[in-house]
Amino acid sequence: MKPWSRDGDEVVTELEQHESGLLRGLVSQINDMLMARAEEAPQDELSELTGIRTGPATAPDDPILSRLLPDFHRLDADQPSKEDMDSAAALRSLHEPTLLDMKTGVAAIVLDTCPRDGGPVRLSLEQADAWLSALNDVRLALGTALDVDDDMPDELPDDDPRAGHLPVYHWLTVMQEELIHAMST
Amino acid sequence: MTTPVELGKTHGADLGAEDKPWQTIVWNDPVNLMSYVTYVFQKLFGYTRDKATKLMLDVHHKGKAVVSSGDKDKVEADVARLHAAGLWATMERNS
Repeated sequence: MKPWSRDGDEVVTELEQHESGLLRGLVSQINDMLMARAEEAPQDELSELTGIRTGPATAPDDPILSRLLPDFHRLDADQPSKEDMDSAAALRSLHEPTLLDMKTGVAAIVLDTCPRDGGPVRLSLEQADAWLSALNDVRLALGTALDVDDDMPDELPDDDPRAGHLPVYHWLTVMQEELIHAMST
Repeated sequence: MTTPVELGKTHGADLGAEDKPWQTIVWNDPVNLMSYVTYVFQKLFGYTRDKATKLMLDVHHKGKAVVSSGDKDKVEADVARLHAAGLWATMERNS
């Protein structure tokens, strides 16, 4: 990967073939999870008639999806108040369909602009914003799956089952960091 | 665009905590990059780089920061935008 650089109103980089494949694969995977969640939304005649969509009222069981689609209130205290629980359910139901649209939307922009077989990538700042969000979603997903914490080392011992995947996480971190840097210069 | 001075004065005197009953909290998490969090605060709220950096450092060192406040609708919209950016945000009543 060549470091991202700014070129007028655009940012550019160049990806190796395997890097493009890896990035597209991860973004597609998150996208599929989000689409599956969207299909779980309750369907009823009223929402078909009004066009007002309603999402599920409860957080996903899957820890990755639940990190990508957080609650509107802290509910992890020993005894969250009934008021907070009811409000969180209502707010999730109201906002989740839009949030899913935004997340699948940024994933689609990456899949549209990231060359299948590697090569140059040239993005408008708007597209670059979408890349930042999508890269962040993939890092959140991997970070959750790999149980990343503040003290995560650069490398894990070979016998740690996460050792093989951690370099991908670090690679995405570098890519996101460089993209932010290029956009801010 | 102009601001009527008299109107501004009257409102200014009344502006207190009671008028901003809700606040948006961003919580620390081990994945989001410091540079990204700063970028998001600048972009979503129009904060200066200094203010965005200070809030990011509060999140990082204190575990959380209040990043905006206002009526329920405004704070609800702010939390939704932060979720879209991948930050861990919640809302609570100003106590």
